[in-house]
Amino acid sequence: MTGELLRAEGIGKRFGGFVALEAITVSFAAGQLTSIIGPNGAGKSTFFNILSGALTPTSGKLHFRGCELNGLPQHRFVHRGISRSYQITNIFPDLSVHENVRVAAQALTVSYDIWHNRTRLSELNARADAALDAVGLLGRRGELAKFLAHGQQRALEIAIALVSEPELLLLDEPTAGMGPEETKDMVALLERLADKRTVLLVEHKMKMVLGLSKRVVVLHHGRLLADGSPDEIRSNPEVRRVYLGQSEGYG
Amino acid sequence: MTHPSGGEVLAKPAPSGLDRILDHRVLLSIVVLAILPWLLPSKALAVNVLIYGVVVMGYNLLFGYTGLLSFGQAAFFGAGAYFTGIAIGRYGVPWFVAVALAVLLSTCLAAVIGIISTRTRGIYFSMVTLALAQLVYYVALQAASFTGGENGLRGFTVDRISLLGLQVNFLDPVNKYYVLMAFAALAMWFQSRILNSPFGAVIEAIRENEQRARACGYDVERSKLVVFMLSGAISSLGGCMLALHLSIVPLDILHYQTSGMIVMMVLLGGARSFFGPFVGAASFLILEDVISLWTPHWQIFVGAIFVLFVLFLPKGIWGTLLDAIGIGKARR
Repeated sequence: MTGELLRAEGIGKRFGGFVALEAITVSFAAGQLTSIIGPNGAGKSTFFNILSGALTPTSGKLHFRGCELNGLPQHRFVHRGISRSYQITNIFPDLSVHENVRVAAQALTVSYDIWHNRTRLSELNARADAALDAVGLLGRRGELAKFLAHGQQRALEIAIALVSEPELLLLDEPTAGMGPEETKDMVALLERLADKRTVLLVEHKMKMVLGLSKRVVVLHHGRLLADGSPDEIRSNPEVRRVYLGQSEGYG
Repeated sequence: MTHPSGGEVLAKPAPSGLDRILDHRVLLSIVVLAILPWLLPSKALAVNVLIYGVVVMGYNLLFGYTGLLSFGQAAFFGAGAYFTGIAIGRYGVPWFVAVALAVLLSTCLAAVIGIISTRTRGIYFSMVTLALAQLVYYVALQAASFTGGENGLRGFTVDRISLLGLQVNFLDPVNKYYVLMAFAALAMWFQSRILNSPFGAVIEAIRENEQRARACGYDVERSKLVVFMLSGAISSLGGCMLALHLSIVPLDILHYQTSGMIVMMVLLGGARSFFGPFVGAASFLILEDVISLWTPHWQIFVGAIFVLFVLFLPKGIWGTLLDAIGIGKARR
C-alpha cells in the first residue's frame, strides 16, 4: 500500500481577522503513520478539523485518492473513507459499548432502514464486535459507555472510527488525559492499527510521536515548518528552536 | 485496556424477565388500552386518552427519543383533523381514504416545517416550530371558506362505517372506541418498528451526541427531518381520530396552547418511554376533569402539578415506575 492518499494544497483558514492556517501544502502517503505536531496554537486542530471535514478551509483544496473533497459535508468524508476520533472523548455515553460501535457500523449502509430489527442485523453486529475486539473492549460490550474508564472510552472512540473500515484514520491526541499504563496500551493499539491502514495522528507526547511515526509534519503559527522522518525532525534546527525544547520528553 | 482472553465471558446484556415482557410492549399496550374504557369513569374520557395518547406518542418520537423540543406539534394534530374533515365533508371521500390522505398531507406539511426548523438548534428550533405552527393556525383562521374559521370545521359526520363487510354503528361509544383503538394500535406498532430499527439507533445517536453522529457518517439534518416527518405523521393520525370522533374540528386544536398541552402530557407520562404518552394523556385529562369540577381555574393547579413533576419526577409517571421496578431503558 503505497502512493499518495491525501493531499492538502495551499490550505488556509481564517476566523474573522485571525489567520489560523496559511497555505499549508502537504501530502500523506498510504499505509503510513504520520504525525502532526506543533506548539499550542500552531493550528494542528484546525488543520485536523479541515482534513476530517468538520471545518471548511477558507482557501486551498483537499484531494483524497485523487478526488476533490472541498464542499463535501462532514458526514460524506466518512463515506469517502476518512474517519476520526476527537481530542476530548466523544462517544455516545448512554448507549452500550456494543451499540456505540454498531450505530457507527450501520452509517454507511442501513441508516434509514425502519423495517428490520437492528439487533438481528448479524453482519453489522459481527463487524461491531470485531472492532471492539481490535481495541480490547469485546468483554465490555454490554456495559453503558459512560461507565468505562477514561482509557477504555478513548479506545471505544477508536473502535467507533475503525468500524467503518476507513482508508484514513485521523486520531486527535488519543492518549490525552491518560496515565502511563493506559498510554502504553494505547501505543500498542496504535502500532497494531498502523500495520493495516493509514493513520494520521495529532499528539503532544514527543517520545511517543517520534517512536511511532514514519513521518512527522510540524506546524508553527499556522504555517508548515518542517516535514520529514522522525530523525530529520529531531535534527532540524528550526524545529528544535520553536518546539522541541518545550517538550519534556523530547531529549 | 486489555485484550480479552479467550476464556473471558462476553458481557452480553442479559435481559431480565421484566425486560423480556417488555419485548412485547405493543401487545401489552394494546391489552391495557382494550380495557381502558372499563377502568376510566367515562367512555368519552377513554376516547380522548386514545386520541391524545397517539398525538403525544408522535411527539415523544421527536422530543423524547430524538431530543428536539418542538412547540409546534399542534400543527400536525390540527392538520390531520382538518384534512380529514375537509376530505369527508367537502369532497365526500370515504372515511378511511380521508384518513390516509390526511396523514399524507400532514406529513407533507411536516416536511415543509421540518425543512425550515431542523436547520436550527436548541431554543431557535423551539421558537421556529412555534412560529410556523402559529402560521398554520392563522391560515386556518383566515381560510374560513375551507376551515370554518373561528367557528371550526363542521358539516361532516361519520355515523356508520363499513368494516370487512360489517356495518358498524360509529355513534355507539364502545364501537367508536375500538375502531379508534385500531388506529392507535397501528401507530404503536409503527413507532415500535421505528424504535427497534437501525433508524431508531440513528435517532438515539443524534440525541446522545450530534457531533459524534455526524462524524460517524450520518447526515444529521436529514435524519432530523425524517424524524420530524414521522413524528408529524403519527400525531396527525391522532388528529384524524379526533375529527372522526367529534365530527367537528375546533380551531383551538391548532393553537400553541395545544402544543403546550402536548409537551405537558409527554413530561407527565415520561418522555422516552413507549407507553408514557398514554399515561401522560390520561393523567392530564383526568386532572382536568377532576379539578375543573370544583374550580374553573383548573389550569393553575395542573400547572403547579406539572412544575412539581419537572422538579421531582423528571422521568414522568411511567418512566419513574419503570425505574422503580428496574426495567431497562432500551425496552421502555
